[in-house]
Amino acid sequence: MEFPDDLKYSREHEWVLVEGKVATVGISAFAESQLGDVVFVELPGTGDSVTKDEAMGVVESVKAVSDVYSPISGTVLEVNDDLPDNTELVNDDPYGDGWMVKIEMSDPSELEDLMDAEEYQAFIAEAES
Amino acid sequence: MTAQLRRTPLYQAHRDAGARLVEFAGWEMPVQYQGILAEHTMVRSRAGLFDVSHMGQVEVSGAEALARLQWITANDVSRLGDGRAQYNLLMLPDGGIIDDVIIYRHSAERFLVCVNASNREVDVAYMREHAGGAVIDDRSDELALLALQGPVATRALADIAGGGIEGVRPFSFVSENVLGHSCLLARTGYTGEDGWEIYCPAESATEIWRTILERGAERGVGPAGLGARDTLRLEAGLPLYGHEIDRTTSPFEARLGWVVQLDKGASIATDALRRRREEGPRRRLVGLEVASGGVPRQGYAIRKDGNAIGAVTSGTHSPTLGKGIALGYVEPQFEKVGTEMAVVIRDREVAARIVPLPFYRRSGS
Repeated sequence: MEFPDDLKYSREHEWVLVEGKVATVGISAFAESQLGDVVFVELPGTGDSVTKDEAMGVVESVKAVSDVYSPISGTVLEVNDDLPDNTELVNDDPYGDGWMVKIEMSDPSELEDLMDAEEYQAFIAEAES
Repeated sequence: MTAQLRRTPLYQAHRDAGARLVEFAGWEMPVQYQGILAEHTMVRSRAGLFDVSHMGQVEVSGAEALARLQWITANDVSRLGDGRAQYNLLMLPDGGIIDDVIIYRHSAERFLVCVNASNREVDVAYMREHAGGAVIDDRSDELALLALQGPVATRALADIAGGGIEGVRPFSFVSENVLGHSCLLARTGYTGEDGWEIYCPAESATEIWRTILERGAERGVGPAGLGARDTLRLEAGLPLYGHEIDRTTSPFEARLGWVVQLDKGASIATDALRRRREEGPRRRLVGLEVASGGVPRQGYAIRKDGNAIGAVTSGTHSPTLGKGIALGYVEPQFEKVGTEMAVVIRDREVAARIVPLPFYRRSGS
């Protein structure tokens, strides 16, 4: 299972790629693998404001429903419109074509609460044990 | 502190195959190997091998065996010939359902009853309570149960059990020697495909499991978990105990009226069933196709014009149809195919429509 070094991770298993004031968000390989085959994705709309640690969307697999939490506060700039009709992208390429939203951050200092790849893997190992 | 989960004889084989194991009815069972969708498609197009050894097997024998089974069930067991199998319901005196079972008749004085894992203890106790002079032998621990299901299942099984099995009809079975082990091979299943259920001695399960997978690999046979088993049975419109049927549902409500044979002679539920049939169902099980907007799941409300008219008992994303499907109960006046309604998914009404059951029927059947 891959956890790219250039990403930050939340305790709710979202990943964040920071480019300037924009954070791209998706769910981690751990999250998609725990869910299994994703068959439904619901995302916020462009222009919606999202709040750190609050639900902003839903992913469903055959077996489970899971909220997607925003790892950061801000405004949704862009939504991955391919996902609802191609939900398998979340499993096949969670850090690439399976991205979910781009958020213009309102408070980049919130990033300090996120984990780096190493910390996140330790967090998962702890949760699994 | 969770109770110790039971494990089937194939536990290690599942671990070796990389299965994800989950708790089911007190058992640690494989929910998936490569993935539910891939395993589902494999069963529809080739074949999948399931471990369903958590299910219980109860042998009923003796001169009174047939009479005692007749007394506690809804279907007419006397219609079964030797080597034939029958879907049946274990009945409460009030017409509710204790369990749904398959009864296999070896002879007039020897039957094998396959029961749900979650009901095994209750079923065995109930059968003993009503045993009279019949002998009730819970053989669940000494038997393993594999299900080989899909269009290539018969050829894959014939590879190791001999071509003689190809003439066995649906809902028939044969006792056959497989790899030196005495097995019962039944042309039954729970997927909507042609297929087999293989009752074998627990100690032979791993060898038979591995051999079917090794020999069947070139035919496209692979292991399949309980996740795919659930999506497959749901597409086939087959009820699952604890979802579509339980102690409060009557067979008529659950569209299992065809199982009820009131003319077979007295049974524990005959009077109640006759009364329930005359009264008509208070609710009816229907199949729903659900528009995009999430996956319908057990417990979700069903509404018509804003009013609650029922609830989903099982729902999923149908891998074959590519859309949401559900079984659920609605008030009888809304049971007609084509009736529009809504399933409430996360506080939002999602359009749904009653469709004929099953959702999926294999071609040529």
